[in-house]
Amino acid sequence: MSQATADPRLIAARAAPKRRVRLSWTDPVFRSVVWQVLIVGVVLLIGWYFIRNTSENLAARHIATGFGFLDRVAGIPIGESLLPYNPAVNTYGRALLIGVLNTLQVAVIGVVLATILGTLIGIGRLSRNWLLSKLTAFYVETLRDLPLLLQLLFWYTVLQGLPGPKQAWHLGNIAFLSNRGMRLPELDWQPAHTWALLAFVCGIFGTLLANRRATKRQQATGIRPAVWPAVLAMLVGIPVAVWLVLGAPFQVELPVLRGFNFQGGGSLSPEYFALMLGLVIYTASYIAEIVRSGIQAIPLGQWEAAGALGLSSGQVLRQIILPQAMRIIIPPMTSQYLNLTKNSSLAVAIGFQDIVSIANTTLNQTGQAIEGIAVIMGVYLTISLSISLFMNWYNARIALVER
Amino acid sequence: MSEATIADHIPTPAREQLKVAALGPWAWLRTNLLGSWWSTAVTLVLGYVIVRVVFSLFEWGFVHAVWTVPYGPTGIADTSVCQNAKGVGACWAVLADKYRLILFGRYPYDEQWRPAVVVLLFIGLYVVTGMRRFWRKELALIWIATLTLVGILMWGGVFGLPEVTEDYWGGLPITLILATFGLAFAFPLAVLVALGRRSTRLPAVKMLCVLYVEIIRGVPLISVLFMASVMFPLFMPAGVNVDKLLRAQIAFILFAGAYLAEVVRGGLQALPKGQAEAADALGLSYWKKTSFIILPQALRLVIPPLVNTFIGFFKDTSLVLIIGLFDLLTMGKVALSDPPWQSFSTEVYIGLAVVYIAFCFAMSKYSRSLERDLNRSRAR
Repeated sequence: MSQATADPRLIAARAAPKRRVRLSWTDPVFRSVVWQVLIVGVVLLIGWYFIRNTSENLAARHIATGFGFLDRVAGIPIGESLLPYNPAVNTYGRALLIGVLNTLQVAVIGVVLATILGTLIGIGRLSRNWLLSKLTAFYVETLRDLPLLLQLLFWYTVLQGLPGPKQAWHLGNIAFLSNRGMRLPELDWQPAHTWALLAFVCGIFGTLLANRRATKRQQATGIRPAVWPAVLAMLVGIPVAVWLVLGAPFQVELPVLRGFNFQGGGSLSPEYFALMLGLVIYTASYIAEIVRSGIQAIPLGQWEAAGALGLSSGQVLRQIILPQAMRIIIPPMTSQYLNLTKNSSLAVAIGFQDIVSIANTTLNQTGQAIEGIAVIMGVYLTISLSISLFMNWYNARIALVER
Repeated sequence: MSEATIADHIPTPAREQLKVAALGPWAWLRTNLLGSWWSTAVTLVLGYVIVRVVFSLFEWGFVHAVWTVPYGPTGIADTSVCQNAKGVGACWAVLADKYRLILFGRYPYDEQWRPAVVVLLFIGLYVVTGMRRFWRKELALIWIATLTLVGILMWGGVFGLPEVTEDYWGGLPITLILATFGLAFAFPLAVLVALGRRSTRLPAVKMLCVLYVEIIRGVPLISVLFMASVMFPLFMPAGVNVDKLLRAQIAFILFAGAYLAEVVRGGLQALPKGQAEAADALGLSYWKKTSFIILPQALRLVIPPLVNTFIGFFKDTSLVLIIGLFDLLTMGKVALSDPPWQSFSTEVYIGLAVVYIAFCFAMSKYSRSLERDLNRSRAR
């Protein structure tokens, strides 16, 4: 603006004078260059020293560096895996991949369960019922003060102390809990189920789209068109129709006691069960606090003002309170999700085969310490960075738009 | 402040509560337990469950509990009483038998007063550090003196104390040493890294700091500990052998440094820009500005989150179990490996839990009251 009106002769005079870097300690630019060269140099020197020592040590122990070992046959028995795996045939690479999948699976399911439990407990702490709020407060205070590892070991021994399969606790003779873990009925998965699931996922996207269109319409005309018939059709109607058209297969395999153990059905090992129990119960105590403080941070005036506008209490919660509370809740919640993912590495202590456990076995068998640890760190770094990138994006989307 | 002014500041709903509370226990019950049909139902169900659980826990933990067991002629505990009571009563005899092992590890039995004194020293150090009267530069001297004393007591070899190498250390002192030394060394590192990350003049240093903090915070502690136990020996020239405890300690310092750096950075960011600008206007050099103007204010802001971070590290020290160091939790497992006591893990874990809760609860309670105090003075 001002440039347009300024005298062109003045521009050169107003521009900052070009300074030459003086080779003197009083010159800040020179000083900063010297400091940076010095510090980076020291770091590089230490790094070079470590690398030289390492390569000498490795040469002395006849360990070849590199990731060639990934193609060798692993021979690590793996109890639980999402992919077909045979220790006699499959490679270290595949074993590690299974470890990654196990970690991700624990993390995803743990995050969902911990969020549900934590939210319930956080709301419980805000309850007007004295008994409920004190009980949930006790839960939070106690479990946050205990090391997760101690809790995991405790749950693991508790599960191991359960009666054997013959005296297993059961729920209507279809689900069993014994010292061999949990046995559940399993659905015999058919292609029809996959298609129905796909239709359901499409339905979710369709619902989001319908909602957006309804909001647009509301903003234009002031009347919100009813979306629930379309949503119901997309979420329930079409998936069920797909399933029916494809022959409606429904076959459940029940676990049956044969000899000393159960046959059939889906199973959760005691290790998995203990890990999930510990992670969920521990993380929920942190999530509860986040939810509580998020809701409490919304001033009472917001409720009152929304009420004064004539909104119903459900509308107040959905349109006024939650969007604001979410803004406060999401950043700490993200770090809890990351913590849960990283904490799932404690599985190694109770013998659940996640990436840390399998990489640890690998590095013990092959002696490839550096590569093994690089794999562990790489996996977690990738997970952490992707979650935090996603969350930054989400945060930016819901952030308060200011002038 | 007089009564009237306090009442004026209480919001209306709270004032209602105050009025109700004044009407006696029946009114309290009606608002807090039997407020509505839903609330009444919750109270009844929860009350029933709590009474049942507390009652059975009381029976298990006290009424039917076994406190001592007879010892055989060879000194081996005869745990048949406990075995009979299993499932009905707790076997606290395992703690009576093993508490010295769990608390002090394999430290020579006659010298175990030394780790005991060390534990007391650490607790004293925490208490002194927690008192605001001592928040001065001299606090650093107190820390240095105490930590030196801890070293002398644990190692011995001077003042007529027999020498005890790290291989025999264990139990609670290890937990406290890892957490406290970790914090003491990580803190200066964290301050430097936080300053480096905020610097505008040194882009290369800033990048190094960002890399360090983000990498460490992106990986689990376990992987850093593995690195210290498996990879670190490779880094050293052949023949140099660094003790396992020291390696774990270094890993802890590096790990804690990254987290603390973020906490300190939060404090630096919260400080109004005018402080730094005013210091610049006075012509202070960078280090003078930082150490006399910026840090004293920024660090005061972050004391509550620092305490919370410390609680986290205190709990995280238990992870050294996985690399085979003998901290409190590991000693609990070692105690359980003794054949007669093998099946009484619940009792041992409860004992360990009590120790951890005692430390963590005291610290978190303190952190919260501190937060309240500091906020009060700031709100004025």
